Amino acid sequence: MAKDFEVPKLPTYLEIPEINEGVMAGDGPFKSVEEFQKPLGFPGEKVENWQEVAINKMGDLKSKYRSVQVFLDACVKCGACTDKCHYFLGSSDPKNMPVARQDLFRSVYRRHFTFAGKYFPKLVGAKELDDAMLDDWYNYFHQCSQCRRCSVFCPYGIDTAEISMAAREVLDAVGVGQKYCNQILGKAITVGNNLGLPEPALRDTLLDLEEEIEEETGIAVKYPLDQKGAEILLITPSADFFAEPHIDGLIGYGKVFHQDGVSWTMSSYASEGANFGMFIGSYDIMRKAALRIRKAALDLEVSRVMVGECGHAWRVAYSFWNTLTGVGAGASASDEFSAKLQKQLDSRYPQPQHIIEYTHDLIQRGRLEFDKSANDDRTVTFHDSCNVARATNMGGIPNGQFILPREVIKAVCNNYVDMERSTIMESTFCCGGGGGLLTDDLMEIRIKGAMPRMQALKEVEKTDAVNTLVAICAICKSQFSKVLPKFDFDPYMIVSAHQLVSEAIIMDKPQTDDSPSEEVEEASVETETAE
Amino acid sequence: MADILGAEVDEEGFLVDLKDWTKEIAVEMAKGDDIDLSEEHWDVINFLRDYFEEYQIAPAVRVLTKAIGKQFGKEKGNSKYLYSLFPYGPGKQGCRFAGLPKPTGCI
Repeated sequence: MAKDFEVPKLPTYLEIPEINEGVMAGDGPFKSVEEFQKPLGFPGEKVENWQEVAINKMGDLKSKYRSVQVFLDACVKCGACTDKCHYFLGSSDPKNMPVARQDLFRSVYRRHFTFAGKYFPKLVGAKELDDAMLDDWYNYFHQCSQCRRCSVFCPYGIDTAEISMAAREVLDAVGVGQKYCNQILGKAITVGNNLGLPEPALRDTLLDLEEEIEEETGIAVKYPLDQKGAEILLITPSADFFAEPHIDGLIGYGKVFHQDGVSWTMSSYASEGANFGMFIGSYDIMRKAALRIRKAALDLEVSRVMVGECGHAWRVAYSFWNTLTGVGAGASASDEFSAKLQKQLDSRYPQPQHIIEYTHDLIQRGRLEFDKSANDDRTVTFHDSCNVARATNMGGIPNGQFILPREVIKAVCNNYVDMERSTIMESTFCCGGGGGLLTDDLMEIRIKGAMPRMQALKEVEKTDAVNTLVAICAICKSQFSKVLPKFDFDPYMIVSAHQLVSEAIIMDKPQTDDSPSEEVEEASVETETAE
Repeated sequence: MADILGAEVDEEGFLVDLKDWTKEIAVEMAKGDDIDLSEEHWDVINFLRDYFEEYQIAPAVRVLTKAIGKQFGKEKGNSKYLYSLFPYGPGKQGCRFAGLPKPTGCI
């Protein structure tokens, strides 16, 4: 079970730590069991001939993904990545240096798939895949959040996340899976969301939310579910229904839709934006999860598909949905349903579209009005979520994924500052909980890995009195609310971008305690909407 | 596998078979976390069990806080109050004591 450890102290400047060999050695996160392995098609426990299965699987991956082979061959051990990983900076375990973590996998690859490694293993650092090595894989490949910060600094462009994904795929193939990811995936592909939230509970939760908003604002903001013929299908992380502070972001989306007057819906069949299939490296399972979205979009006959605030959901949607599901261009002609969906979706809009792009567009066109002073008690900074920052775009302009969220935030609040440049945008530090690490049994690495982000936050707290941290990822939000107090921050300082939108947006109908002058202002908005 | 009063629990301390739950088990689990279950704790635990019986899942945090606020007074209808009762989170710790499965996901 969890051992005692010290929460890292926040230094004035980030420094490369002195290495502490083996400080993060251990058994890794809880292992998956047959009950969770079987539905995904993985062996229920470590198979007898696991070495053979593992090597075969590596060979399979090597031929299927040429990128993996290139990444395994290309590294020259220059060391540029060593001090770029938040888990290394926070834990000081040298096996958390990206190159060292990759070498756990690479050394076995060399032994079995390269000439030199087969005949002169010692000369080229080739190693056998034995029990100790497999244990190291399990432990250290679950101390990587696949955030790809190291890849930004790699002169060869090696995508470490792909190595981590490949290693996890091999682990699953031999029956050594991670409980957290695989249990969740089972729910996602059977119930439709990571929580296992069935339709009646979801419906009840949404009704409750409608009631709450109406009580608070006097406005009947709706959260439609399974509404056939709606224009927009919103795919959002199920944490938005369930957790704090996420739900306040969901309230924000609803208010924006309401104000725009567009028809929209969510789906009880595809009620999950997150897709952990990516975390475990399984294309097949990622596709299985994504196909629920295709089915929902076809059944509900929507013309637009939109994604809520979820980091890796946006990566999967932006980068993979087109070929996985037919949302966007590029479905294979032989793929009847994807081709059908491509025809059904309205090509005048980005498909898929991020909720930030949508709100940003409405702001640009003057369709939304805000009382920015509603957020005057806040000084805000923005945490770029790794998957959004390094794997996607927004708005179709270079760096749009950095620009649009900031522009939305600045449109709804007066006080905004960025954290230190080397810790944001393409160089953003991971929250520490991404990539399938957001589980209590990994709390030590989550806290240690959060240190670099917390250091940059502490800095702007000191210099600019920042008291609000915004993220557009469900994992970041959950991770921060847990780790912030460990570094003497208020856990409630983490909010959704659309929570700030929600607080500042001026809604059509006047609220009961509105002053007359505001009523005039709102009346003019109403006329505009009616046009 | 470990057990509490003879009922099997998983590595995170959640009941393996939800039918095994008894009040005594809840008390015993709480003791392990240095908590003496008060009437306020039981209000939450009972609500969680009722909700689960109807929907086969734990309630969303917002649903829980609202319901507790409605039934037991507005000052109790917030997550700060619930965290004061269940420091490891009303969702996770509360569910464990109530014999519910652990909520999973990006939460």
